[in-house]
Amino acid sequence: MADSGVTDGPEKKEDIERAKNEGKELSKEEKQRLRKEKKQQKKSKEKKDEKEKEKEKKSGGSTATAPQAQPSTQKAPPAVPAPVSNSVPASEPAIPADKPTKSKAELKAERRARQEAERATKQTKKGEPGQQSATGKPKAPPSELQPVVKRLPEHVQVDDPDVLKKLAKKLERQQIPLRSDYGYKVSLFSHLHQYSRKAPPTQQLSIPSTVIHPAIVRLGLQYSQGIVAGSNARSVALLHAFKQVIRDYTTPPNEELSRDLVNKLKPYISFLNQCRPLSASMGNAIKYIKKEISNIPSQCKEEEAKSKLLNNIEWYINEKIILAAKAIAVSSIEKISDGDVILVYGCSSLVNHILCEAFDKQRKFRVIVVDSRPRLEGREALRRLVQKGISCTYVLISAVSYILPEVSKVFLGAHALLANGYVMSRVGTSQIALVAKAFNVPVLVCCETYKFCERVQTDSFVSNELDDPDDLIVTRKGKTQLASWQQVASLGLLNLVYDVTPPDFVDLVITDLGMIPCTSVPVVLRVKNVDQ
Amino acid sequence: MPGPDKETDLTERLAAFLSDLKRGGSGTGPLRSSAETARETTALLRRITAQARWSSAGDLMEIIRKEGRRMTAAQPSETTVGNMIRRVLKIVREEYARSRGSSEEADQQESLHKMLTSGGLSEENFRQHFAPLRANVIEAINELLTELEGTTDNIAMQALEHIHSNEVIMTIGRSRTVEAFLKNAGRKRKFHVIVAECAPFCQGHEMATNLSKDGIETTVITDAAIFAVMSRVNKVIIGTQTVLANGGLRAVNGTHTLALAAKHHSTPLIVCAPMFKLSPQFPNEEDTFHKFVSPHEVLPFTEGEILSKVNVHCPVFDYVPPELITLFISNIGGHAPSYIYRLMSELYHPEDHEL
Repeated sequence: MADSGVTDGPEKKEDIERAKNEGKELSKEEKQRLRKEKKQQKKSKEKKDEKEKEKEKKSGGSTATAPQAQPSTQKAPPAVPAPVSNSVPASEPAIPADKPTKSKAELKAERRARQEAERATKQTKKGEPGQQSATGKPKAPPSELQPVVKRLPEHVQVDDPDVLKKLAKKLERQQIPLRSDYGYKVSLFSHLHQYSRKAPPTQQLSIPSTVIHPAIVRLGLQYSQGIVAGSNARSVALLHAFKQVIRDYTTPPNEELSRDLVNKLKPYISFLNQCRPLSASMGNAIKYIKKEISNIPSQCKEEEAKSKLLNNIEWYINEKIILAAKAIAVSSIEKISDGDVILVYGCSSLVNHILCEAFDKQRKFRVIVVDSRPRLEGREALRRLVQKGISCTYVLISAVSYILPEVSKVFLGAHALLANGYVMSRVGTSQIALVAKAFNVPVLVCCETYKFCERVQTDSFVSNELDDPDDLIVTRKGKTQLASWQQVASLGLLNLVYDVTPPDFVDLVITDLGMIPCTSVPVVLRVKNVDQ
Repeated sequence: MPGPDKETDLTERLAAFLSDLKRGGSGTGPLRSSAETARETTALLRRITAQARWSSAGDLMEIIRKEGRRMTAAQPSETTVGNMIRRVLKIVREEYARSRGSSEEADQQESLHKMLTSGGLSEENFRQHFAPLRANVIEAINELLTELEGTTDNIAMQALEHIHSNEVIMTIGRSRTVEAFLKNAGRKRKFHVIVAECAPFCQGHEMATNLSKDGIETTVITDAAIFAVMSRVNKVIIGTQTVLANGGLRAVNGTHTLALAAKHHSTPLIVCAPMFKLSPQFPNEEDTFHKFVSPHEVLPFTEGEILSKVNVHCPVFDYVPPELITLFISNIGGHAPSYIYRLMSELYHPEDHEL
């Protein structure tokens, strides 16, 4: 032991590094795999995979295989994570080699030791990113500051080949097709996915799919083709699809509904993420559903549990989206006076609702709809408002500094409100707020509280979405300049979807909790967390 | 015999030029660059000087003013026409003054003292006849033409002083001056250009394809993404249609937003504009400042019934105030926007500001 302890030193350091970056993800996967091995015989495919991985880590792992025979609790706690997490991948290939020698008891002891080690590391390494709350749900009291337990989402790490490999493995395990990137990506955005609308994600999917519920397949296609677009619409569609999933769900024998249903939902969520990255509102809705499912008591009968879940989802839609829209409309109508000229951008379902309600309440105003290429969503808003009878003007976003001297107020919708007060919305919103500020026109943002998100962001680069670059191609005067843009090596097309507006451009945020300044968003988030 | 032929030939050419101007402005005819318009105007004025009948400088100036008024009325938004006419008028005044022997400076400055002492100062009615005046004026106009031909190259030569390697430069729409500027710098330095496409006509696409063919790393973005990407941009280089007398710009629509975004991020805004774009107009004429074209590119006829219930606007130009501009690069060097009024007084005579 002493010899291996000496040689372990430098190995441990690099193991610690590796553990920080990959260990946590691996350990979760390893645990699942070990559970499967306990139930059934190991598949030869994984064996080969692990043997290849072990060969890479042979140099680092060879010395660590020596101490694995003994439970690692004997070592000092800080040193535990390194050999433990290194022994985890090492134990994988070691298992096929040592399978006859290891007994179930030793595996159990190892797993218990690993859990203890992780609990210890959690206490010692509080606040380090990359931690997973794997050892049970941390129900920290609200007065204690939560450690940063967020894992960097995969969809902003596309330039990291390891992350891509892991994603590919996860999707393969869940039997979901991996969508490949399309076209030349601008170097500033090489960390994001860029998909083509012409290559739908269901091309490699077998029909009927055994893993994914058909309602989810349909929803995913609607997202990826842009048929269902807009934050509220996507969330509501998602919740309805989940209701259908729950209705069709039956608990398999020897399983608990609360745990199995959550596991069933995971591949659906990965599939939807592949079709189009989840929005903040969808993320919050999914969190709510998962919480409700896991709170189902185990003695509840299946029918009762299902109806309870369906009612909860109905309640969520009703309260957070429909009633919130009504409350926001009531507050906003106070802000609209007769003779106003209101500028709106793109198509926000909430802002359209407010304007229609104000018109019903006999307010006299006219609307200027600003639109931008390539989505041209403003035309949809224009149709709805004209149908109502509101007098409208329509311009493109490049003409906004021409039209702004006529405007008295600007109403904007939001995709999400971030914890540092920034407003994440359709690309172009920050521009409108900027020009409105230059002309001293008040900017009001309307947003329901379920879109408030705990992320922070200061620019539109790190976390964004890239749409199909071919959308920018257009024919003017008979010539299509960019038709062959892929052949030209130094030409790139950038089709951003979101941008962030700094809080100093926004004068007021109207939410269902009232009218708050942009900087009060973290207060609302905290209050919500305490309630829940 | 040659006399009336020359005259009809001249009137024909004038008529052809006027109809070209009228068609070009609506966007349907061939889009000519401002440099071409300036050259054609100057060539026409030279022809008028050579072929029209005039005996004194005053007559010549009257003829030029009359033709000039017709030309500017044909296309008010094409200000280079008016600028060239004023330049030529100034040339005539200078040549006349030189022929008379008096110094130019004395005539130029309108001080209060001079106005009081000399009484009717501008009794300078240019009635004296000088034989070599015609030849002198034509020679001076030729010099002006040579200067016009070299403007783009002069501006492009200054490119290396302003662009370093690994820069990210942003531009909007299509400007031949900026294109030449960037291509010249691209021969020696490697940098990245972001082009905003400038809807609804999307001239930015053509600019991007031209730049990328020369090997410059180019990205096309939509107008809506200007503020989003501005934080990574080092410089904004734009062209303009006109430089106004207060140092402001009348540029393609979307430029004001670009200038505001650049100001917010403290990014320098550089305008590449040759001297013939400098116009003695001020931006306060609201109704004559803006020009509109058919909005069928904004909201096409395929949208159906709502078209009759909706107002659609498609302005062509934007006003950019001089506070947002960092530098003007012209064929005679770089200037701050506050210096523009001085340049104007050197190019045009104050009495010619109203044609």
